[in-house]
Amino acid sequence: MAFFQPKSAASVAKTTQKHTVDPALQPWVEKYRPKTIDDVSAQEHTVAVLRKTLTSTNLPHMLFYGPPGTGKTSTILALSRQLFGPDNFRNRVLELNASDERGISIVRDKIKNFARQTPRAQAVASDGKEYPCPPYKIIILDEADSMTQDAQGALRRIMETYARITRFCLVCNYVTRIIEPLASRCSKFRFTPLDAGSSTSRLAFIADAEHIQVDKPVIDTLISTSSGDLRRAITYLQSASRLSSSTTPPTPITPTDIQEIAGVVPDSVVNDFAAVLGIDMEESDSMAVDEPKRTQQKGFDPIQKKVKELMREGYSATQLLTQLHDLIVLHPTLNARAKSKCALVLAEADKALCDGADEELWILEVATRVHKAVS
Amino acid sequence: MSLWVDKFRPRALDDLHYHQGLSARLKSLAASGDFPHMLFYGPSGAGKKTRVTCTLRQLFGAGVEKLKIDQRVFLSPSKRKIEVNIVQSNFHIEITPSEAGNYDRVVIQELLKEIAQTQQVDLNAKQRFKVVIINEADSLSRDAQAALRRTMEKYMSNMRIILCANSTSRLIAPIKSRCLLMRVAAPSDEEMQTVLSYVARRAYFDLPPEAAQEIIKDSGGNLRKAILVLEALKMQSPDLSGPLTIAKPDWETYCQKVAVLIVTEQTPARVMEIRAKFYELLSHCIPPTVILKTIAEAVVSQVDETLKAEIMHWAAFYEVRMRIGSKKIFHLEAWVVKVMSLYKVRLFLEF
Repeated sequence: MAFFQPKSAASVAKTTQKHTVDPALQPWVEKYRPKTIDDVSAQEHTVAVLRKTLTSTNLPHMLFYGPPGTGKTSTILALSRQLFGPDNFRNRVLELNASDERGISIVRDKIKNFARQTPRAQAVASDGKEYPCPPYKIIILDEADSMTQDAQGALRRIMETYARITRFCLVCNYVTRIIEPLASRCSKFRFTPLDAGSSTSRLAFIADAEHIQVDKPVIDTLISTSSGDLRRAITYLQSASRLSSSTTPPTPITPTDIQEIAGVVPDSVVNDFAAVLGIDMEESDSMAVDEPKRTQQKGFDPIQKKVKELMREGYSATQLLTQLHDLIVLHPTLNARAKSKCALVLAEADKALCDGADEELWILEVATRVHKAVS
Repeated sequence: MSLWVDKFRPRALDDLHYHQGLSARLKSLAASGDFPHMLFYGPSGAGKKTRVTCTLRQLFGAGVEKLKIDQRVFLSPSKRKIEVNIVQSNFHIEITPSEAGNYDRVVIQELLKEIAQTQQVDLNAKQRFKVVIINEADSLSRDAQAALRRTMEKYMSNMRIILCANSTSRLIAPIKSRCLLMRVAAPSDEEMQTVLSYVARRAYFDLPPEAAQEIIKDSGGNLRKAILVLEALKMQSPDLSGPLTIAKPDWETYCQKVAVLIVTEQTPARVMEIRAKFYELLSHCIPPTVILKTIAEAVVSQVDETLKAEIMHWAAFYEVRMRIGSKKIFHLEAWVVKVMSLYKVRLFLEF
């Protein structure tokens, strides 16, 4: 044993040195990752179930699924930290994600080897706390939906054979990409997008801890631009605070800053675009003088010109479509028929853009067809 | 003897001519020491790369301009060799993973891990981290993007990533949410005017305003194109006076010809003729999307109002099919035949 002592000590020293990051430079997403599962925002149901496993030593295989930024990875990391404590964490938990090679060969070698090891004896916790440290290991497969079918297939038997000493936790966005035999071996936990209340409290907590001044409108913008993705909201907050604190003198964060960081197209641009498409905008009432000019300018050519202009500004097409969609669907005077036609066009365009189609052509396509639908 | 585009490219953030707000932001970010991952997006020729290099210079000083080009070989899981060119200095590394085609994931995984796991050894370096610039990030495959996700969080201490893309549509949401987005819009006409006259001054000649207007109109917001055209014009007629004709690239005039062919006659024989022209264009490596777009625009300008929307609709329709499918020529031809039949029906109805 003594023979190994210096080596392991050296390796520990090396790793600690490698992972020490100046806390000021750490991304807040990492810095404020929940330390215990009680810190996890929202997801009451999942947390309630998992809290029970802390007291008993029984844990099923688990499958976490839900949209990005809802706390899936955070929950399982916090849970395993609470189960094993910092000292046992390294040899009891194997975390693999899409940045690691995860072909079938890795499943056969690395995962299988780790799964078949008998868990080592519990090391004495150095921080004096008591950890339950149940007699099994946890393998976390993050972003499991990007694993190939073959690799997932190879997991099937491994999960059963070593179930006594190893638990798996699959984390993914789309549960449908996990093959059925794997999904049926796990107890599933669905993570829902965060409600405004819990996002607000978490953001306020972080802002408080970082000593930055954010007021209510800023937090509201953060929540509306991130649509339930807490990680996105926190990243935006950090970027905004970086920008505002690096100017001299430091300026307070404004909702427009957040919109710019999030890549949102300004409302005035979208409204302008909609007006060219022939959608009545309420603001245009105030400019009644311009009205006759604008109605004359209808037809294909002004639309094409406007689209070219928008593309030159470099706005992202998907973002533009999302905002146009919101505008059309919530429009007070358009009839249902026109709206549903527009929705169809927008859906087709979204699919096309996902397939990598040319942005300009498709924005033009959407524009002409929406124009046809509303006129 | 380098091109003016490279010769007069601004080297520092202060020298940039437009988007001053953006430059100020980049400068303060570089000074703060707390530098995030970034994503620069905007149309081509708007100055994304120039801004990236200026930011690097601001971060690390003049050392980043000592570049060396390397060729690295990566092994795909099926033991195929993938060769990728990388440009690097002591402080940064620049890759275009789309060179590796389908295997871009392997390149990303190997290269980033290697960089991320080594620390900056140069004690005189201004920053503790290295920067990885990924060009054409929007053509990264889904797998490669997924591979970036965790790496970007985990190795934040040793490495920052700067992505350059034309649009953010094709980037997955998790990547976008980890980056600070920087939109680089194309310069406005006045801004282009100042840049062009600056270039003219540096090259010791006077640029008549009419010539500048002509160039700006032709370039459509692409500053690189504008400067290249300016240099070409200068070569043609050294005093830049009198009526200027901006030479269109050959392929563009060729596309115009095809458009005329479509409009003048709609017969199977004509389709055969056009096919020959398409093959000619494709064999000169003109991207099929560009061909389709140019011809469609040319056709649209020659037909009357009611047909325009229809023609663009089918152009968009066949463009997607072209992306999904593998034989480009089929879809180009299908579109031509579609347009011809539309045109013919329309003519028929008129009489």
